[in-house]
Amino acid sequence: MSEQQSNTQTVTPAADAAISEVLEKKELRSWKAAIALALFSVVSIILFVVFPRHGQTGFRWSGADDLITLPTWHVDAATTGTVVTILLVLLTALVVWVTLQTGRLAPRTRRLITTAAVIVFALAFMVAFLAWAMVGNNVPVTGLLLGTVSLSVPLIFGAMGGVISERVGVVNVAIEGQLLAGAFCSAMVASLTGSPWAGLVAAMVAGVLVSFVLAAFAIKYLVDQVIVGVVLNVLVTGLTSFLYSSVLTKDAETLNTAPRLSPVAIPGLSEIPVIGPVLFNQSALVYVMYVVVALVFLGLFKTRWGLRLRAVGEHPKAADTVGINVARTRFWNVSLAGAIAGLGGAYFTLVSVGSFQKEMVAGAGFIALAAVIFGRWDPIRATLAALLFGFASNLQNVLAAVGSPVPSEFMLMLPYLVTILAVAGLVGQSVGPAASGKPYIKG
Amino acid sequence: MKLELRGITKRFGNFTANDRINLVVEPGQIHCLLGENGAGKSTLMNVLYGLYQADGGEILLDDEVQEFAGPGDAMRAGIGMVHQHFMLVPVFTVAENVILGHEQAGFAGVLKMKEARQRVRDISARFGFDVDPDARVGDLPVGVQQRVEIIKALSQDARVLVFDEPTAVLTPQETDELMAIMQQLRAEGRSIVFITHKLREVREVADAITVIRLGKIVGEAEPTASNADLAALMVGRSVDLTVHKEPAQPGAEVLRVEGLTVLDENGLKVVNDVSFNLREGEILAIAGVQGNGQTELTEALLGLQNKVSGSITLNGAEILGRSVRTILDAGVGFVPEDRNRDGLIAEFSIAENLMLDRSTGEPFVKAGNVQRAFRDEFATEKRTEFDIRSGGINSLASELSGGNQQKVVLARELSRDLKLFVAAQPTRGIDVGSIEFVHKRMVATRDAGVPVIVVSTELDEVVALADRIAVMYRGEIVGIVPSNTPREVLGLMMAGERHTEAPEAAHEVTA
Repeated sequence: MSEQQSNTQTVTPAADAAISEVLEKKELRSWKAAIALALFSVVSIILFVVFPRHGQTGFRWSGADDLITLPTWHVDAATTGTVVTILLVLLTALVVWVTLQTGRLAPRTRRLITTAAVIVFALAFMVAFLAWAMVGNNVPVTGLLLGTVSLSVPLIFGAMGGVISERVGVVNVAIEGQLLAGAFCSAMVASLTGSPWAGLVAAMVAGVLVSFVLAAFAIKYLVDQVIVGVVLNVLVTGLTSFLYSSVLTKDAETLNTAPRLSPVAIPGLSEIPVIGPVLFNQSALVYVMYVVVALVFLGLFKTRWGLRLRAVGEHPKAADTVGINVARTRFWNVSLAGAIAGLGGAYFTLVSVGSFQKEMVAGAGFIALAAVIFGRWDPIRATLAALLFGFASNLQNVLAAVGSPVPSEFMLMLPYLVTILAVAGLVGQSVGPAASGKPYIKG
Repeated sequence: MKLELRGITKRFGNFTANDRINLVVEPGQIHCLLGENGAGKSTLMNVLYGLYQADGGEILLDDEVQEFAGPGDAMRAGIGMVHQHFMLVPVFTVAENVILGHEQAGFAGVLKMKEARQRVRDISARFGFDVDPDARVGDLPVGVQQRVEIIKALSQDARVLVFDEPTAVLTPQETDELMAIMQQLRAEGRSIVFITHKLREVREVADAITVIRLGKIVGEAEPTASNADLAALMVGRSVDLTVHKEPAQPGAEVLRVEGLTVLDENGLKVVNDVSFNLREGEILAIAGVQGNGQTELTEALLGLQNKVSGSITLNGAEILGRSVRTILDAGVGFVPEDRNRDGLIAEFSIAENLMLDRSTGEPFVKAGNVQRAFRDEFATEKRTEFDIRSGGINSLASELSGGNQQKVVLARELSRDLKLFVAAQPTRGIDVGSIEFVHKRMVATRDAGVPVIVVSTELDEVVALADRIAVMYRGEIVGIVPSNTPREVLGLMMAGERHTEAPEAAHEVTA
């Protein structure tokens, strides 16, 4: 042996030197929230302080025919703008301070403070913005929220379809196509039969058919799921547009005049101020949506169905080794996802418009997909995300109606801007189902 | 329950993975299935477990022929499996993983989680495991995850248990505990199939040994057989398990690593304040159970990690924070851990793979054009020198065996003018002949004066190659010890027991 080794004494265990079982963690500072708030603070300084608008803005809390009427608040736009801007700057400073405390404050506490600050920030900014943009008008708060729910319904159905599909391991880019197919079939069947209920069933069937194609190509033939999804969207758009021009318009009376689902007020609940008319004086389809969201949530996390579904989406081989048929589980759950998304399509024709129009879904499917990611593949969070996107769309409608100083082209971008900001900046590291998008090949 | 396999044959295309295999496992017996990587052990067990359908032969349990359409059938028949790569969903809790596939549920399929937790606790208590049914499996250490796999099999009351390479991810001490668990299961009258390629373990617990090579049964042995006999059976010829090398002649210090810390994307310190040095003409082996920061350490040396702090100096020049290109040009040779993912491009030919890291200038590229004649000449020469067995220099890398693929990687890295050679798991999954070749080349590299760092999880390889051994645990180097350190001490170190070198030795090394 070498000299080096022969000189060495036998090694002896050091008494108390065992290393801890868990890895040490160095906390990484994230400036995302602070930067976002700082940007919005700058925007608010420019809008509300540098270019203030003078006058009164009213916030109306009740509609004309509500049982209980609340008084309308009147605020001075310029004063509100200044006060809110100061608040926003303070909140930004708070978040910067919290970020600097990384490593000193517990992560939980930091998250709590940051989240609270972001929520207060968003609400305050919204109040000041509405007061600024709608000077001399009344802001119909109830109307704004009602519109939010209306615009969110198809997004929420689409997002539920997306959550189920991605949780079981199939990326569902075809939500757009499922919505559109649902809209088309529900309009035609409801017109022919005179029953909106038949239309709802037809919408589900249409969504399932689109899903069958997606599932067959993705699961059986292992085609890239995103590509199949995109192609399906184009296919459904082309097919429905063709059938619309060549069939529906020829005899719009019998084929494209769907009976609509009218709002049903729930006695008692619908009389609660503000939220009553918003949540409990809606069409039956909206009540179906409440049930669907609740069932998807409970089903995913509390039942055998959900456990197996999630196992297949996270680790298909593990599911296979305990006797779960991966392909079958994926196939039927993607179909179920299609049925749910199809219902969302019916909302366009059976509730909003009453007839099918070319390309009437207009990107709602993609926003639903963004809601799935923003909501971190959780049904409740995805629903909240969809509501946020619905609010942004509706705000644009309301502002355009009163003639806001912001160009309407810019306002049209708003929902998409919120989508990009939400998905890119604020979600942080969201980890989706591990096997989502990956085909499972046995062996 | 008695398990019998009769004439099991399984083919993948033209390749016969299992050729008419017969095996009988009696109740209350631990039957070892011994064979090299790629011998067909795992394929056989996947057939038994219903994951593959056999092309011929039959499976009998207590003398009754079984038909398994899938793993569900095998489980119901009483077969349980502890997989080499755990079949656990990382984001699920222990209880959720245990019940998956045979859940007890009440109205509308609502899971009975209370019963599930109790079941986990009951089985844990029986074997003295300390497993929290509500812990997220992904957060548990690998040793505990393996126990969850065992609980999973036992919760179905498996009478035949298959352990597929269960010790690959365990420390020696955890391995001993597993052996004790297997003996306890045997005492309960269960039949156990234990798949491994580690001879020591076989001799410790086996009641019967079957050796399998190239898909065929080549012999049976008594647990009293010697290591050399078993190894000869396993590889088909007598094997020299030792590496012949002269004592090291360390020269001047080449590499100095100080306070190296690597963070992963979640901010976890996967390499934590690591310091060591390396001199000309010595081999430093980095030992440790898989996943204790070895991968990240070697990647940091080559500049492949992002969140790195500390200092790495090569011949006095700082290379930390430099680009991979700069570090390669400074003379660092690197054999990555995952040959197929990081070492080669499967769809490229041998010749193309041999010039992969030299595509930026002469002599391989002139004015943007690949010098094909030079490249082919170079490849032909290296193919002979490194004994790369292939159809020619234009064979695709994907057509080569694992051992020959590794020779391509070695040929590429070793034919540059090296100042440091880093090899991560250089012999993983390759045949014994290639292992000998790789070992010889590494010793030759050392003897040529180039310092070598070799990462290995196989203690035998570490001891055979190293001049010094650094043991890593949870991202830290728990000690740097000479290669004649007793195995038991190395084992303790691999489990995190910190050891310090004797002062003289430390002085000698850093002098």
